[in-house]
Amino acid sequence: MQPILQVKDLQVSFQVRGGEVKAVRGVNFEVGKGEAVAIVGESGSGKSVTAQTIMRLIPSPPSIIKSGEIIFQGNDLTRKTDKEMEAIRGKDIGMIFQDPMTSLNPTIKVGKQITEGLIKHQNLSAKEAKEQGIEMLKLVGIPNAESRFNQYPHEFSGGMRQRVMIAIALACRPSLLIADEPTTALDVTIQAQILNVMKDMQKKFGTSIILITHDLGVVADMCDRVVVMYAGKVVETGTKWEIFQNPQHPYTRGLLRSMPRLDQKKNEKLIPIIGTPPDLIKPPAGCGFCARCDEAMRICEQVDPEVTQLSDTHMSRCWLLHPMAQEVKSS
Amino acid sequence: MVRFILSKFFYMIVSLFILISVTFVLMKAIPGNPFMSEKAVPPSIQQHLMAKYGLDKPLYEQYLKYLGNLARGDFGISMKMKDQGVSDLIWGSFGPSLRLGIIAIVVSIVVGIGLGMLAALYHRKLIDNVAMILAVIGMSVPSFVLASLLQFYLAQKAGIFKVMGLNGPLDYVLPVMALSAQPIAFIARLARSSMLEVLHSEYIKTAKAKGLAWPIIMWRHVIRNGIMPVVTYVGPMTANIITGSVVIEQIFGIGGLGKIFVSSISNRDYTLIMGVTIFYGIILMVARLLTDIAYAFIDPRIKLSKGKEG
Ligand SMILES: Nc1ncnc2c1ncn2[C@@H]1O[C@H](COP(=O)(O)OP(=O)(O)OP(=O)(O)O)[C@@H](O)[C@H]1O
Ligand code: SF4
Ligand SMILES: [Mg+2]
Repeated sequence: MQPILQVKDLQVSFQVRGGEVKAVRGVNFEVGKGEAVAIVGESGSGKSVTAQTIMRLIPSPPSIIKSGEIIFQGNDLTRKTDKEMEAIRGKDIGMIFQDPMTSLNPTIKVGKQITEGLIKHQNLSAKEAKEQGIEMLKLVGIPNAESRFNQYPHEFSGGMRQRVMIAIALACRPSLLIADEPTTALDVTIQAQILNVMKDMQKKFGTSIILITHDLGVVADMCDRVVVMYAGKVVETGTKWEIFQNPQHPYTRGLLRSMPRLDQKKNEKLIPIIGTPPDLIKPPAGCGFCARCDEAMRICEQVDPEVTQLSDTHMSRCWLLHPMAQEVKSS
Repeated sequence: MVRFILSKFFYMIVSLFILISVTFVLMKAIPGNPFMSEKAVPPSIQQHLMAKYGLDKPLYEQYLKYLGNLARGDFGISMKMKDQGVSDLIWGSFGPSLRLGIIAIVVSIVVGIGLGMLAALYHRKLIDNVAMILAVIGMSVPSFVLASLLQFYLAQKAGIFKVMGLNGPLDYVLPVMALSAQPIAFIARLARSSMLEVLHSEYIKTAKAKGLAWPIIMWRHVIRNGIMPVVTYVGPMTANIITGSVVIEQIFGIGGLGKIFVSSISNRDYTLIMGVTIFYGIILMVARLLTDIAYAFIDPRIKLSKGKEG
């Protein structure tokens, strides 16, 4: 599959008083055309920082891209000027956020918030933009789109606002949509509706999606591949089935055990991962998961595990997968 | 919206009525009367004067008569200033106070918002620190102290401005500075913190994610929402400037409403005191009413939450 986005060895830090928070420490993944990729991982693992670095939404300072490339449609986004990024944001990459209650401007009519981007990127007249804006509202399933167009965000429910956010993000038909926990703040029934809207849009426009989530049900429902992040690194990636049925990294396994699933047996208990992630100002030299890992070996403490390629699509970073460890195990 | 304004207007009339009644009662409760003075006035003359001003009638009658006159815009006659009408006295001295007050309000809003915005944009930088130190000083120095300092250094010593009077445009500078310092400081802090809040809000991220240019984001999304809380301060600020002007007019020898007010008190000029008090009250209430209406206009959440009820 032709990748539309390739993130290569991305490292992002924040300069703070106590030193340098190494929030993203070498992240690699790619997103194919029309593909939906999930990024999962505990709070603080660097998911949002990765996403917002792609969009260049984090002000710099305090954030710095230490190294790496973000190849989007053949161009390295890290080399773009701010002005060039403006032309890409909203037009080629759209983004929606976690909390629909705060991500719309409360003092501007939703219609105008949708057409703003259209007018900027597609040089539409106000009238054409309005027609397209109403069309977008209809597409994301907002009833009475014409009259809703002239209402303010506080007149919408949370679910409806998130639909508006999707309409804003997709108004210019971007080829990539980044959704940072788009359903976390919503009721369960509404969550399903929002996911359906996203799926519809993906089908209709062929949009690629990066979906950041804590919810493995959401992953199973709509993603093709999964990127598991831990302490600023990708510890495992694979297709949805490789990750769910054959997880190789102890952290991935722990994550799966700690989250409820539909196919779970009745007597199966949820087991949380004990401990806390490492301090990102002084990250450990070896595996970041070492202090919490039941299977940790001596080498784990000292040397960061290499990538093991398990299949064309499946890779993991854990010493257990190293040929030598495998030998020890089998002997 | 009409409903909203009408209800606010209704509350304003009620508060005005309460203000008038309380002022009336307090005036009557003060010991002494306007015709008591250092020189002994013969009881017969006192009696005569009391009758002339209706002060010999029962209280409720005086009260009703006063209300009736007020409704017609008649504040009665001054008891000390050679039979001048209170309304005439107020209007005659209101001009300079009004000009001074309006200039001070405009200067406070413009300078305050400007400083606050700069501080927010250069958060934790030099400009921010300087602006906030100035703001703390501005808030803590009382206006009359500042007035005297300005008078001494800029007028007396440097001779740039005149010490007293209000004749040319230059004469407005010092009194306006003295009156505006506190409101400027307050508005600057208010505008700064609300701008910072807006700058860090999620919807600014959304605006950025749309690819809007920074100046457009600033203008359309940040400034507008950032100065909204300042509007709520316009009412209290008007109060601050009015009370300030009572003292400031004395210091700069300006023959405005504040000066009349002070002399009416030392003269125990009942009708004038009440007239000016009520007049100030009306200004404050109108300022509040306008603030509420303005806020409802710029913040759709207020307008509509009221609209839904009706
Ligand atoms: N502006 C900032 N300054 C300093 N550190 C930051 C900043 N933003 C994020 N970080 C740090 O970067 C790390 C990764 O944060 P990030 O928001 O990407 O986590 P996340 O995986 O999205 O978690 P969550 O699931 O809670 O959203 C965290 O340790 C956080 O403390
Ligand atoms: S590398 Fe070692 S510590 Fe890290 S996950 Fe694998 S076994 Fe555990
Ligand atoms: Mg996040």
